[in-house]
Amino acid sequence: MKQILAVTWMNLRSIPSRYMTSLVVVVGIALVVGVLVAMLSMSKGFEYTLKGTGKDTRALLLSAGVTAELSSYLGADVVPLLRELPGIQRGADGKPMASAELLVITELRRGEGDVNVALRGVEPAGLPLRPEMKLVEGRLFKPGLREVIAGRAATRQFSGISVGSKLQFRGSEWDVVGIFSTDGDAHESELWTDADTARSAFGRPGASAILAQLDPAKPPAEALKALKATVAADPRFQVDVLGERDYYSSQSQGVTDNINFITVFITVIMAFGAVFGALNTMYSAVAARQIEIATLRAIGFSGLPVMVSVLTESVALALIGGLLGAAIAYLLFNGLTTTTLGQSFTQVAFSFAVTPNLVLRGLGWALGIGLIGGFFPALKAIRQPVAEALRGA
Amino acid sequence: MKYVPLVWAALWRRKARTIFTLLSLTAAFLLLGMLQAANSLFSGGSINLSAPILIVQARVSFTNPLPMRLLPQLEAMPGVVSVSHSQFFGGVYKDVRNFFPQFAVNPERWHKTFLECHLPDEQYQAWTQSRTAAIAGKQLADRFGWKLGDRIPLTSQIWPLKDGTRAWTFDLVGIFDDVSKDSCVRQGNMYIRYDYFDDGRQFGQGGAGIYVLRLSDPNMAESVSRQIDARFENSPDETKTQTEKDFSLNFLRQLGNLNLILTGITVAVFFSILLVTGNTMSQAVRERIPELAVLKTIGFGDGGVLSLVLAESLLMCVIGGLAGMLLSVVVLKIISKLPFGFPPVTADLHVWLFAAASMVGLGLVVGILPAMRAKNLSIIEALAVR
Repeated sequence: MKQILAVTWMNLRSIPSRYMTSLVVVVGIALVVGVLVAMLSMSKGFEYTLKGTGKDTRALLLSAGVTAELSSYLGADVVPLLRELPGIQRGADGKPMASAELLVITELRRGEGDVNVALRGVEPAGLPLRPEMKLVEGRLFKPGLREVIAGRAATRQFSGISVGSKLQFRGSEWDVVGIFSTDGDAHESELWTDADTARSAFGRPGASAILAQLDPAKPPAEALKALKATVAADPRFQVDVLGERDYYSSQSQGVTDNINFITVFITVIMAFGAVFGALNTMYSAVAARQIEIATLRAIGFSGLPVMVSVLTESVALALIGGLLGAAIAYLLFNGLTTTTLGQSFTQVAFSFAVTPNLVLRGLGWALGIGLIGGFFPALKAIRQPVAEALRGA
Repeated sequence: MKYVPLVWAALWRRKARTIFTLLSLTAAFLLLGMLQAANSLFSGGSINLSAPILIVQARVSFTNPLPMRLLPQLEAMPGVVSVSHSQFFGGVYKDVRNFFPQFAVNPERWHKTFLECHLPDEQYQAWTQSRTAAIAGKQLADRFGWKLGDRIPLTSQIWPLKDGTRAWTFDLVGIFDDVSKDSCVRQGNMYIRYDYFDDGRQFGQGGAGIYVLRLSDPNMAESVSRQIDARFENSPDETKTQTEKDFSLNFLRQLGNLNLILTGITVAVFFSILLVTGNTMSQAVRERIPELAVLKTIGFGDGGVLSLVLAESLLMCVIGGLAGMLLSVVVLKIISKLPFGFPPVTADLHVWLFAAASMVGLGLVVGILPAMRAKNLSIIEALAVR
């Protein structure tokens, strides 16, 4: 053990004399880990945004069998019936706390192209239903007028949205009268207007979905189950009832699966390249230490300390590279906001999230590359006949 | 030319190191080839949509169907040869992951407008004769192993039937191929009949979806687009008209700034390969200093030695680069055959030029410093090392 420590320490201290070739390992691995962490932080950020949307105490009623709110449609005949369901909480005014909302897509300008932005028609009950929604600027839209309020992320991501600006769609101008925040969730990428205004402008009398407050008398999970059972038992409805949080969580799956698959694909190829670079470096490191190693063997050191010293060198270089890569990814990307198409064909703004977990994953890859890149040279170092090695230089 | 064996021998002086460097180069160019092919798809370089086709969608969003009553007005536009309407069906085949697009169209109109798709005559006849008949692109049919006469069940995410259920069934009567090899943009699509669809759906009757217009002359695209949009301005059915290419590009662009991501990764890959090959070349020259001095002694000029080292570095980068590019072609081919429904990405001329320039550039950049060192070598000092 003492031998191992001594030889390893001696070797590590000699790295600066080989800094050029060592740099190849460090930078090569830093780039692999940097790309990996940056890409995964994108999918993590998207997941966080969607998983942070919705509350367990609210349910979403969609037409049966659809996977996204956009493709759901509840006719004007069933909407009033659904709103009056017994499992939905009633407000102080005795009316059900439920909002039948119409979700449509509008195209807004961004740079040289148009992007799909969600426009949500919200009923008056939909605002107290979402306590997380706060107006940060301007005022609310007025029913009957073509006015919208915009989510905070929407104002940053799409051009021409601020209080006082006008948007042009469905043959008329819509005034932006306010900006709202919803604690950074997916709704902040949307435009909101009055539900009836949206219905008449888009010629759709029904709703995409109904958001409802669950009966507070029971714990949320049971209240949800009860509401599900009520709806399923009624032959007038072909409606799915989902927990609002569950619905939004499920919406991140497709996008994150795609990003993760592509990331792993790219990382595997980059890691291959880095392994060969590391092998070159470590072989030349062993070659440079040829006489030293042979001398150690000659005076009685066993193979193990030598092998450990070589492996430790490559792993140390790899971990430095990994940390460097993760740090670069963190500095460049963490918190950076961007948008992508969500499950509903509309833009969802999210921020890159470099989490400790992702950094550990990156270091895991670095460790793997370092071990493979160091193992074969380490083997060569102890297999070399001592006499020949001493003569070699 | 006579120095080729010399360069070749120098390259393989240390076999293991050269092989590792070549493998590293191969991995790098495998990735570069694929990333650049994808990049050229997203920037429109390799989207082969030169057909004189315009897409007319609702200004507010292509998901908002335009009404059927626009049809005669669009047909009457000057320069328009034929008009097809197309409604996105949003069907799921067995599992959500089997995504492919289906559109409800009128067979006659489809036949006149989508001239790039080749559907055998008797199959076209069969399609016009049965309301539940549908046709599929060859790529799509191959993906699921469909044969003529198969019944294809689709669960529409958007359109319930009159009874509220979503299970539609279609009979596959035709499989279309492309007229030319390079225009396979619709090969992954399925087309069903609009009349059957419109009668069957629970709501939305009379909605046409988007319109696909074929023009007599591609140069008219801009003026016709402007005329159409002006015609419907300030109506509830405002239109947005653009070429099919712009329509597709805009869709891809919405996924995010892919160009930036791909470029970022390309730069990272390039930088790391620069270090690996640079390290190899500087080692190769350092350990060969006495040999290079001998070459100079027997009459090689400074320029000759410089060229030898540069040639070695170029040769290494080109061999590794070519291997990587060829591998990327193979991998892209395999990916396009996998049942994920990825858009067909191929390395076009642009990508190859980029790769060739990268190989030569890389070879020169990593070769030049060691080559200068070899050139400036003083024979006496170099031989004195021993």
